[in-house]
Amino acid sequence: MANILVYALQYEGAFNKNSLGAVSEAAKLAAEIGGEAHAIVVGQGVSDDLAGTLGNYGATKVLNVEGPEGLAQPVVDAMAAAVAAGDYGYAIFGGGLLGFEVGAGLAARLDAGVAMEITAVRADGGKLVAERPILGDSAISQISFRSDVGIIISRLNAFEIKETGGTAAVESLSVEFSPFSGQATMITRGEQRGADVDIEGADVLIAGGRGLGAEEGFELCEALATAFGGNSAVAATRAVVDAGWFPYAGQIGQTGKTVAPKLYLAAGISGAIQHKVGMQGAENIVAINKDANAPIFEFSDLGIVGDLNKIMPKLTEAVKAKKGA
Amino acid sequence: MKICVLVKEVPDAAVQKKIDPSTGRMDRSGEKNLNPYDTHAIEAAMQLKESGAMAVDEVVAVTMGPDSAERALHKAVSLGADRSIHLADDSLAGSDVAATGYALSKVLEKEAPDLVLLGQQSDDGECYTIGAVVADHLEFPSLTQVIKIDVEGGTKLRAERQAEYGYDTVEINLPAVISVGDAINEPRYPSLKAIMGAKKKPLDKVSAADSGIDAAKVGGDNSAAQWTGSSEPPKKEAGRIIEDEDTAETVDQIVAWLDERKLI
Repeated sequence: MANILVYALQYEGAFNKNSLGAVSEAAKLAAEIGGEAHAIVVGQGVSDDLAGTLGNYGATKVLNVEGPEGLAQPVVDAMAAAVAAGDYGYAIFGGGLLGFEVGAGLAARLDAGVAMEITAVRADGGKLVAERPILGDSAISQISFRSDVGIIISRLNAFEIKETGGTAAVESLSVEFSPFSGQATMITRGEQRGADVDIEGADVLIAGGRGLGAEEGFELCEALATAFGGNSAVAATRAVVDAGWFPYAGQIGQTGKTVAPKLYLAAGISGAIQHKVGMQGAENIVAINKDANAPIFEFSDLGIVGDLNKIMPKLTEAVKAKKGA
Repeated sequence: MKICVLVKEVPDAAVQKKIDPSTGRMDRSGEKNLNPYDTHAIEAAMQLKESGAMAVDEVVAVTMGPDSAERALHKAVSLGADRSIHLADDSLAGSDVAATGYALSKVLEKEAPDLVLLGQQSDDGECYTIGAVVADHLEFPSLTQVIKIDVEGGTKLRAERQAEYGYDTVEINLPAVISVGDAINEPRYPSLKAIMGAKKKPLDKVSAADSGIDAAKVGGDNSAAQWTGSSEPPKKEAGRIIEDEDTAETVDQIVAWLDERKLI
């Protein structure tokens, strides 16, 4: 059993970038273990044309399943049906919340081993070994599987997207959904809370976290971004977006944006993995935090241990003065 | 109605965590605490009970772990749970996520709760997965990383969470499994009286056999995901750290650093 099944998340007619990365990675690995990469799509009226575009990332077959979108358990049903009918040794998920839910549910359904937060996968003697960074990324665990199917849930942005120019055969798969997966219903999906801010194109990002203390703390970030001028913007962590201090469109990390500015200045951000995965591609990382043990100092180029309320206003003045000079 | 809250003992945030190099398992010795995310799950259960939104008769804290895990249950009942269940068995040691979720689901099956709550992630393992594993075994609908729960008509929940494309609102019929994020509430502090009274609340210690757990499916050797080795990640050059003592001087240093890299 050497084929690899990849869950491809789609929303409003486009595939998720992390899913495309997972398809590319699966195609590479499948070739190394002598199998094929197949993708599975679950949605309402997803066209075979759209499903077939996954061939361009290395899938040789795409299973198109008619079913509810945005919820994990119908996808577990669909993938379990695909595994029962096919010849799969592994299931791979790109980073993201649904991947965690579907992968974990599928592990339970198939009595399979599951490895999550995976940053790399390698083939070894016809089997896959997954690498998981642990303990604040200070060590990497190697995980292999003894179940018929091994389930690999990657960390956000772990896999590179590669276009192959290939094509895929699209097959409809009819799935009988479990009674319990019909007990959850999506009411609204993808609601954008707060203003539409653009952080992906910025060269300088001033990002704020819970350490700002209150919504008003973002005024310090805005002032500093204004001082930098040009192509700068303010961004935020999930915690403060969930708290309603900042718009969702300006959120970095696991369920937000991935950014790679020239300068990333983190104010009052502890640096949890879920945030790090969205900004570690920044060229220069500066962090201001009063907690000397904050994980963000482990991956900052310049770290300032101190009170941001004292430092940010003075820094804003100094940047303005430097700009004016 | 009955709410079961899954809780876990984790190394205290201040403890330097390390891995036992011979097994790849986390060395869980040292100071421990109740997983911070689980305190939000208990608070969510207490708010559902106290608000009368659901007719909750009982909140039961459930954990799996070694003897020391009892302290996490004491903390859970001091925060309001009515009683607790400790699944403890040497055969469970080293279970992976799939095996742990299976074992917990067997305990829950006997309790037949209307709602299972848990924290969305544990402070030590950082995985969001246990809720989905438990839900599939129980054949309950499930949602993870929830930041708002409203009750509709006593038997249905309306839950909100942030997912890949923004905020989702999902309706779920009970019984269900919900994992919660830390934005859902501000957990209370236990009163001194509650802390003192915690040890008097019923605590059932159950074994794997008591719970009907298939021994062939649990424990380190039987787990399907196997740790096979460790390696060190490529070393990143340590960044420069400035302790702010004189802010004017600190700011001068930041500006000089930025200027050197042509970032201003």
